[in-house]
Formats: sequence, structure tokens, C-alpha cells
Amino acid sequence: MAGERPAWWWWASIGTALVVLMAAPSYLDIADQLDISIIFILALLALSMGFLWGQGGMLSFGQTAFFGLGGYSYAVLALNTGETTSAFFIAIALSMAFALAVGYFMIYGRISDIYLSVITLVVTLILEKGIRATSGDQYVIGSVRLNGQNGIPTVPSLQLPWNPGTELFIDGVFYLSAALLVLVYVGLRLLLASSFGRVLVGIRENERRVELLGYDARRYKLAAFVLAGGIAGLAGVLYGVWGNFVSPAMFHLNQAAQVVIWVIVGGKSWLIGPVAGTAVVQYLSNWLGTQGVGQVSLWLGVVLMIFVLVFREGLLPTAALAIAWVRRRLGRREA
Amino acid sequence: MEQAAIQAYLIGVSFSIFILVSLGLAVIFGMMRVINLAQGEFLMLGAFVCTFANQAGLNLWLSFLAAALAVGLFGVLVERLIIRHLYGRIVDTLLATWGLSLFLVGGVTTLLGPQTRSIAADLGNVAVGTYTLSAYNFVMMGVAAAMLVFTFVLWRFTRFGLVARATMQNPGMASGLGVNADFVYMATFGFGAGLTGLAGAVLVPVTGASPPMGLFFVAKAFITVIAGGPLPLIGTLSAAGLFSFIDGIVSFVSSSVVADMTVLFVAIVLLRLLPDGITGRSRRGI
Repeated sequence: MAGERPAWWWWASIGTALVVLMAAPSYLDIADQLDISIIFILALLALSMGFLWGQGGMLSFGQTAFFGLGGYSYAVLALNTGETTSAFFIAIALSMAFALAVGYFMIYGRISDIYLSVITLVVTLILEKGIRATSGDQYVIGSVRLNGQNGIPTVPSLQLPWNPGTELFIDGVFYLSAALLVLVYVGLRLLLASSFGRVLVGIRENERRVELLGYDARRYKLAAFVLAGGIAGLAGVLYGVWGNFVSPAMFHLNQAAQVVIWVIVGGKSWLIGPVAGTAVVQYLSNWLGTQGVGQVSLWLGVVLMIFVLVFREGLLPTAALAIAWVRRRLGRREA
Repeated sequence: MEQAAIQAYLIGVSFSIFILVSLGLAVIFGMMRVINLAQGEFLMLGAFVCTFANQAGLNLWLSFLAAALAVGLFGVLVERLIIRHLYGRIVDTLLATWGLSLFLVGGVTTLLGPQTRSIAADLGNVAVGTYTLSAYNFVMMGVAAAMLVFTFVLWRFTRFGLVARATMQNPGMASGLGVNADFVYMATFGFGAGLTGLAGAVLVPVTGASPPMGLFFVAKAFITVIAGGPLPLIGTLSAAGLFSFIDGIVSFVSSSVVADMTVLFVAIVLLRLLPDGITGRSRRGI
């Protein structure tokens, strides 16, 4: 899939999806719009991780670090300046800058892939610990108290850039997150078809061979890492806008684990996998939450173990394999 | 003088905590190359076993032993059920043990509730000038040192250690010479789990036992073992020494959270300079 230019039917389905998404709020009540918007936002986070892992071969467990950082930066900036458009972009830029710093040390240090996973996980855990420790009055950025455990409430909604008096309401957040998800998905898909994407996939397949062909693999990997950090940061900003709230739970291990589960369940080899995985798992865990089954992390753990031990490729590719197998069987019978 | 003694004491306490939480991982990850993200939960199980054993009337030392044995057996079970299927698939091991970790935290919370339980170790205090230091912390240092020496002796001077090292280096060759590699893997994993359970038990009088407690230690353990590099014992020892030195000083002048962040920062910079860890250039030793 990667490397080829998208076919006509791909563009047609993107167009259809856009039309459906833009028409949807008229037919959905507010509660459904809220539930679906958060799936789009979390799907962006899953997409950033799935892109790094499935296409770049880098298993980053700490995308939640950039997610949380994006959310917190937006909250602090927007509350201090009272202006949201610049806060939106600066928050994403800050996430990318942080990804650049962390990524530089890891990728240019040439630490092995598995260490990268562990280090990114440790980064998000330590950030969480740091944020949780900021409950005292002395932890203030500008005029905003960080509030430690309790998070920052009253995160402002986005204002229209051309008309700062108007704030996005729930349907506005729905349109924005849907449009950004489609945009990021299409952008990543086209990126994979470009020469950058081909080199990146080449590195995933065989880093040394790509380097012997004269490419500096570290630059490509770092660029992909920073890009994914920016996408996770964008998801964090939208999360803050969606709930008007940011909290240390954004960095939490359970959040990080959920991202991995979304990607594994959906399958990492296709970009659409993480998006589908997020939708399925979020829907199911909302449903489980209403069934009163107790600890959600217990079930997350079971799902993760089952998928690793049994469905290694994730749902979508497993389904594709099954369809291919059935078609082969049918073909043989006809012959 | 008094200040220096207190400083040395703080570094000593920090050092023993680093050794306690990372030694089991040094065996499981450093020797077996199994990334066990459920390491923190092994610690938590050890803490709970110790707490319950103590409340049931066992004295403190026997409770430690019970925790080590129980978690060691649990480790063997985990190895048979999950890890065994995943040797050589390092990423899958990572994911499966993460699943196990979530499962254990959720399961223990469901069974026992989220509260922290603790036991008291009434060993009194030691006075140093105007400061009083808890005597229990010296026990902790003693256990950490004993675990380290025990592991070293087991690995360096016994037949089991020799066979285990050979199996980790080349399982095919070891099997060819008549070693039951499957059993060696199982026993080594169990041993690492047991060490972790003991560490969790020793930490109970200090931190208490609660379902999410593993989270606080697993990050410390991983950066220590990774920064240590390919020689599991010497690497872990030197990384723990370096980090606890920094941790002790920074938490003395600032807070323990700032100290954690400083240690992480140092670890990441260290890996940029020495990508294979502190012992990255050595090829011999353990």
C-alpha cells in the first residue's frame, strides 16, 4: 500500500466520508456529537502513534507526552492571553519542539528500537508525575495555576480567527475535529506516497540498506517523530477544547496503554487501522462503562494480551487476510 | 560533618531503592532480554503478600521470604502462560507484559480495593547529631546489598549460574550439550520475579502496599537497567550509583519530583553519549 499513489476509489471514499461527516451534526443530538467528536480527537492521537509504528518502525509509547503537553500549553496560553488562535498553533509548535528535543537524543544516539519505546514511556510517566506535583500556589505560569492533580478547568473554547467574539460550540468542535482528522489522514497518506514516505518505509524495512544508498536515516526518523509529536499535540489541544479541561490523566499510563490498544486492535500496517481501532474500542469501552463491569484497566489488559497472543495483525488486516483466504478457497473450487 | 553524614545517608537510601527495584529487572531484561513491563506489578504483589503474611502473624523476616517465594512462583506461571510463546518477539513481549500489568492493577484493585495498606517495622531510630534516622532504612540497605551479593555469587560461582549464562548466550548450543534450555529460562524468570517480590516486600514499611504502586518504580527500574548497558549486574550497579548520587543531592536541595526529572534527563543525555549504556564497551563480565 505505502508508496503507491492513492487510487480514484480512495479519493471517492474520502469525499463521501467528508460529505457524511459535514451533514452528520444536523441528524445527531448534542450528546452523540460530543461522543463522536472525542473519538475523532483520540483517533488523531492513535494516528500519530500508528504512523510512527506502522510506517516508521518506531514504537513510541509516549505519544501521550505530546498529547498532554499540547493540551496544557493551549490551556496556559489561551487563559493567559485570552486569544485562542495563536495559542492553538503555539501549543502544537511546542509539542513539536519537545518531540525534536527528545527525538534528537534518542534517534541521533542510535539507541535501539526497543529502548526508544521504554524511554518514551518513561518520559510520559515522569511528565505526569511532574504535573501532579504542581498543586501548590507557587506553581503558576503567567496568571494560570497548574493545580496539580486537579488539572486546569475552564480551558477556553476556540474562537473564530476572523471573529474572536464567536466561540465554537459543540457542533463547531465536531466539524473541526472531523475535518482535521480527515486532513491529517489524507496528508499522511500522501506523505507516504512521496519520496520522503518511501524512504521512511525503506528505513522501517532495512535501515542499514537505506543508509548505504546514501540517505541519512536519522534525519528521516527524527522528522517523522517530530511530525507525529505535532499530531499528538494537535489532538491534545482539541481534547482541551472539547472538554474545556486538561488534567494529568492525559499523560497517564492507562491513556498511553489505550493508544497502543487502539493501534493494535485496528492494525498498524494501514493508516486507517488506528482510526478504526479507536472507534471500535472507544465504543465498546463506553458500552462496558455503562454495564458496570468494574475496573476498565482489567479489561484493557485482557484485550491487549489476547491481541498480542492471538490476532497479531489487528482487526482490519486479519479481516483482509480472512477475505483473501475465503476467495482463494472459492477460486480453487471453481477451477 | 553532620551535614555530610546526612547527605551520605540520603544517597545510601536512594541507592538501595534503586538497587531493590532494578535488580529483578536486571535479571529478566538484562540477562534474558525479556522486557517485562509488569515488573512494577510484581513489586506490588510482593508488597501485598508481605503485608498479608505479616498481618496473619508471621514476623517481618518470614513475610519477606513468603513474598519472594510467592512472586517467584507467580513469575514461573507467567513465564509458562505468556512469555514462553513470545521469546524472540521482543515487541510482542513488551505489549503482552503491558497487558499483564494493566490486568494485575485492575484485578488487585477489584479484589482488594484501591486503599493503601501498610505494616509497621518498629525498629526504632538512630540519632545522628540533631537528626533522627529510621533504623529500618539501614535494613533496606542491608537487604539490597545481600540481594546483590547473592545474585552475583549465584551467577558467577555456581553451576546453575554457568548453565544459565551459557543458555542466554546461545540456547541452541546449550541444548546441544544437554541443557534443558526451556527449564533454564523458566527458572531464571522465576528467580528475577522472586527478587522483585522481595524488593516489594522490603519497601512496604516505607511506601505501603497499594495497587498502583508499581507505577512509581517501574520507570526508575527501566532507566537504571537501560543506562547500565549489556552487563546486567555491574551496569545496574554503576547506573544505580550514578542516579542515586544525583537523586540524593537534588532531593536534598529541592524536591523528590525534581530529582526524578533530573535523573531522567541525565539518563537520556547519557544514552546520547553512550548509546549502549555505561558498560557498552565491555564484552566480558556479568
